Amino acid sequence: MQSASTDIASRAIGIIDQLKGKEGPLLPILHELQDEFGYVPPETLPLIAQALNISRAEVHGVFTFYHDYRDHPAGRHVLKLCRAEACQSMGGDALADRARQLLGIDWHGTTADGAVTLEPVYCLGLCACAPAAMLDDEVIGRLDAEQLEEIAAEVRL
Amino acid sequence: MTITFYVPRDSGALALGAEKVARSLQAEIDTRNLDARIVRNGSRGMYWLEPMVEVETPSGRIAYGPVKGSDVAALLDNGMAEGGVHPLWLGLIDHHPFLAKQTRLTFARCGITDPVSLEDYRAHDGLKGLENALKLTPAEIVAQVTESGLRGRGGAGFPTGIKWKTVLETTGSQKYIVCNADEGDSGTFADRMIMEGDPFVLIEGMAIAGIAVGATKGYIYTRSEYPHAIAVMNEALEIAREGGVLGPSVLGSSHVFDIEVRVGAGAYVCGEETALLESLEGRRGIVRAKPPLPAHKGLFGKPTVINNVISLASVPVILDKGAPFYKDFGMGRSRGTIPLQIAGNVKHGGLFEAAFGLTLGEIVDDIGGGTATGRPVKAVQVGGPLGAYFPRELFDTPFDYEAFAAKDGLIGHAGLVVFDDSVDMLKQARFAMEFCAIESCGKCTPCRIGSTRGVEVVDRISANIEPEKQIEVLTDLCNTMKFGSLCALGGFTPYPVMSALTHFPEDFRPAPIAVAAE
Repeated sequence: MQSASTDIASRAIGIIDQLKGKEGPLLPILHELQDEFGYVPPETLPLIAQALNISRAEVHGVFTFYHDYRDHPAGRHVLKLCRAEACQSMGGDALADRARQLLGIDWHGTTADGAVTLEPVYCLGLCACAPAAMLDDEVIGRLDAEQLEEIAAEVRL
Repeated sequence: MTITFYVPRDSGALALGAEKVARSLQAEIDTRNLDARIVRNGSRGMYWLEPMVEVETPSGRIAYGPVKGSDVAALLDNGMAEGGVHPLWLGLIDHHPFLAKQTRLTFARCGITDPVSLEDYRAHDGLKGLENALKLTPAEIVAQVTESGLRGRGGAGFPTGIKWKTVLETTGSQKYIVCNADEGDSGTFADRMIMEGDPFVLIEGMAIAGIAVGATKGYIYTRSEYPHAIAVMNEALEIAREGGVLGPSVLGSSHVFDIEVRVGAGAYVCGEETALLESLEGRRGIVRAKPPLPAHKGLFGKPTVINNVISLASVPVILDKGAPFYKDFGMGRSRGTIPLQIAGNVKHGGLFEAAFGLTLGEIVDDIGGGTATGRPVKAVQVGGPLGAYFPRELFDTPFDYEAFAAKDGLIGHAGLVVFDDSVDMLKQARFAMEFCAIESCGKCTPCRIGSTRGVEVVDRISANIEPEKQIEVLTDLCNTMKFGSLCALGGFTPYPVMSALTHFPEDFRPAPIAVAAE
């Protein structure tokens, strides 16, 4: 039987091998790893460094620079609330406070039951139907308190 | 005859329930056994009416909106298939005042065609620009773009033709066309709408740029926050390759050109062109010092044209109708049209493409219809998080690069965020500094440290700790950031801060804390 870590390594190597021929392959590789595992397993960073012939520090530097990449799994759902100006103008700040209160977590936090991770996002390009949010892959416009409560209940089912 | 319905696949429409509407409509079509099809078009850009359903009739396209999934049955009962009247009926959509008043050049097809139908694209004048470009020499193409007066629509307003000329005249074993689709400014969504609603126009514009400067490879660098745009763009690229628009022989010519979509990872600063190039190369999105210019040493050190989506998407119409046609629109040194994105607390939010020169007041009050909340407009932030806040007293400013600069503002990517009188401008100034601190790449000190100090200074003003002195410090800090930062992130953060301070000083002098009666 394969251990979990060898399984991660072999799947990661498959992804890295498939993408390393691209020009500037590092971001595509990190994206693909996160798609595959839900996060970028820290043990894959040295594998990337080796395959691309760059230092582990360099891979670590890139991985930590970008807000999107996670070093541990998120909750089953990810709720992103837009915190930028257009959404602020339509009461986004109050909704954001309400969301943190409803879920009992702060930004980047995950509820204890692992149901949902709350993340700030700066603009979803839905500024003419603010406030905007994204629940997993679903975009939501003109979010209101009532809808937010429904989402908070729904994600915990 | 088959009836054609249109239900947008634009993110804005989807965010308001377009998917449910499309599903209900398909279910009703099946139940009623109608001979009908649904085209998933882009958005017309009238977001207060989304999801907007249209039906093709002999007299033109009739629209209904905003439609909910539960409205569909009643709409069909009222004869929607023939354009029948119903409370959601909007009439002939082309006659709608919001659309009729526009000059749609770049967005000519957006919301009209099926975004992933190359036949539709051709039937609506698509590829004519590219066909014309193939008959010209590279220098002639560049001359057309220069003569059109087109300036970078990403915000900097640099003449596109000059940029192309530099790349054309620089020798290199490989050249690149990079499309900056990292549309991170709040209040802007024009790039997203083009990618979702008319992706072929961007592909065509990039192909023309490639032929003009001798580049064979293009990249579209967009945001992970735009999953729908990424999906449509990739679908369109595949179709363009199959249709011979891209690949080893562009439209049967000897030119080679292909495009790949690359996705960012949530870093606002990657919208800055040199940080974007670093990111594309697989590094941290750290701003590069200029020179060298990307036109000389860009992606992987090769000569690179890096243009915004709207700049590139405006090229096909210039090559199709000619530089003088495009140049005839606009005012002063701002030629052609600009897709205004009216957003935030506004009644009629959406995309309005017009020649340069409308005043801010016309845009906000007449076109936007004032605030959504019905309260008075207090401020309008123009040009994203690095743009200035304009008070009503400056509503006579015409939308033009130079006119906005003269009022200590910028038009940026032409996004406008409207705020009603409940906004606290001190809080907005704090947010500008906070956002800069979160998104700073960290390379230069004024931006990295200045933004954090800025938040602290604003907090001291809020706490009423020597406010007059703090305002002095804030002004001095903004001056350092403006002139000492490497790129626009640190350099322009002072715009929202200083405009808030200049135009709304009352918000910076909080009422003294009432002393409890003894």
